Amino acid sequence: MSLLQVNNLGKSYNSETQVLKDVNFTVETGEFVSVIGPSGAGKSTLLRCINRMVEINEGKVIFNNSDVGSLKKKDLRKLRTDIGMVFQHYNLVPRLTVIENVLHGRFGYKTTLQGVLGRFSEEEKEQAFFLLQKLGIEEHAYKRCDQLSGGQQQRVGICRALIQDPKLILCDEPIASLDPNSSKVIMDHLKSITNELGITCLVNLHQVEVAQGYSDRIIGLRKGEIVFDGKSALLREEQINHIYGTERRELITV
Amino acid sequence: MNEKAMRKSRWITTVFLIIIIGITYLSAMITKFNFIDGIATLPKALSWIFANLWITQETWERLPAILGKLNETIFMSIAATTLAAIISLFLGLMGSKTTKVNNVFSMLARLIASFSRNIPVVAWSLILLISFGQNSLTGFLALFVGTLGFLTRAFIESIDEASQSAVEALQATGATYAQIVNKAVIPQSLPQMLSWILFMIETNIRSATLVGILTGTGIGYTFDLYYKSLNYNAVALVTFTIVIAVIIIELISNRIRKVIL
Repeated sequence: MSLLQVNNLGKSYNSETQVLKDVNFTVETGEFVSVIGPSGAGKSTLLRCINRMVEINEGKVIFNNSDVGSLKKKDLRKLRTDIGMVFQHYNLVPRLTVIENVLHGRFGYKTTLQGVLGRFSEEEKEQAFFLLQKLGIEEHAYKRCDQLSGGQQQRVGICRALIQDPKLILCDEPIASLDPNSSKVIMDHLKSITNELGITCLVNLHQVEVAQGYSDRIIGLRKGEIVFDGKSALLREEQINHIYGTERRELITV
Repeated sequence: MNEKAMRKSRWITTVFLIIIIGITYLSAMITKFNFIDGIATLPKALSWIFANLWITQETWERLPAILGKLNETIFMSIAATTLAAIISLFLGLMGSKTTKVNNVFSMLARLIASFSRNIPVVAWSLILLISFGQNSLTGFLALFVGTLGFLTRAFIESIDEASQSAVEALQATGATYAQIVNKAVIPQSLPQMLSWILFMIETNIRSATLVGILTGTGIGYTFDLYYKSLNYNAVALVTFTIVIAVIIIELISNRIRKVIL
């Protein structure tokens, strides 16, 4: 059984525009999959359907043998602990310290009271520091997040996702607000998460070259439909043009 | 917006301006208000103020009594504001788009907020005066109700602005509602909320004077008493102490704001 199955998924926010149409794909454990496509193609919505941050209209999402769409509130919380999420704008609590933000990833495993009182076990704290060390931001552990650079904040975001001990990590444009150097650091970390820890990664990306360089497989989304699904090496110029339509232009020529 | 629409919207501004000038002129005509006459009485009024509103030696003897009343007013304002702030926090959480539990509570919270805010504090004190009589509870309640509406509104905006993204992230980790509110929403919007509370304490001390005149409590009542017994020297002293108190409170809250923001 695959880790994630998406069957005939459809989603619309209002009656006029359908954001996702009949989306089908599967993701196996340990795969690094990129989703590419122009802005407004439905990449973010697709990702948020998987952990049901948006409600699913049609079709099914089956993660780890459970039907995401039909879960009750408590089971949904439990499912979300298995899925980490990394955001374009990091979505940290800026006024809190790095270590506090990382430990937020454990809330799904705690009772409400434990979470509110901030009771974390020694192992959890050690794990948090281990992760910070692994991503190279250990020395910032007690700094407030708004004092960190974008790349550093995104690494905090990754730590928060990893401490959940997830089976799948969803990354919504993780490098869209970062400079090329930080972008490379972040992508390298994500790649090593899949390779070393065996955690599956599903990454939304804007940059086709980055997707080709890092992922095992690429899914091309255009106007809510999958128009390409295959090994990165198979993605050729004509397919890219098909995904991006006529909108694709050479933006920067160095 | 295209060029045509933009030109149209500029026209609308001009038309509105003309209408407002027209209305102003018309209302001045109807009420027989003459601007020139109004200005002309100014020197006379000023000379009356300088002649009568003067703090004399013997009025200083009344200072302890006045200060006692002033104290009462200040603490009443603080108590009304802080109690309203606690309830507003819950209403704000209910009313905010990011943290609402369901639409019914959200509507209810917004309804309470706009109801208590849209009736001016003066009207509240008169309404409450009839039902609760002349005591300091009435003044307290009048301030409380007005503050509740304003703070709920302000808190809803602070919460929405400060914590939307973090709330999304914590929902994605499987955190519960109480965890999200306590660990993301409140830490992030607390400085702004405190700033609003301080602002409201300042405002309430100012309006407590007016509410006091209407409900017969605190420094406002003292003001009213001296005023009606034609003791203008004492009125001057009361006014003076209020001004000093407001300035001091403002300085303190500015200092606190600088530290927390």
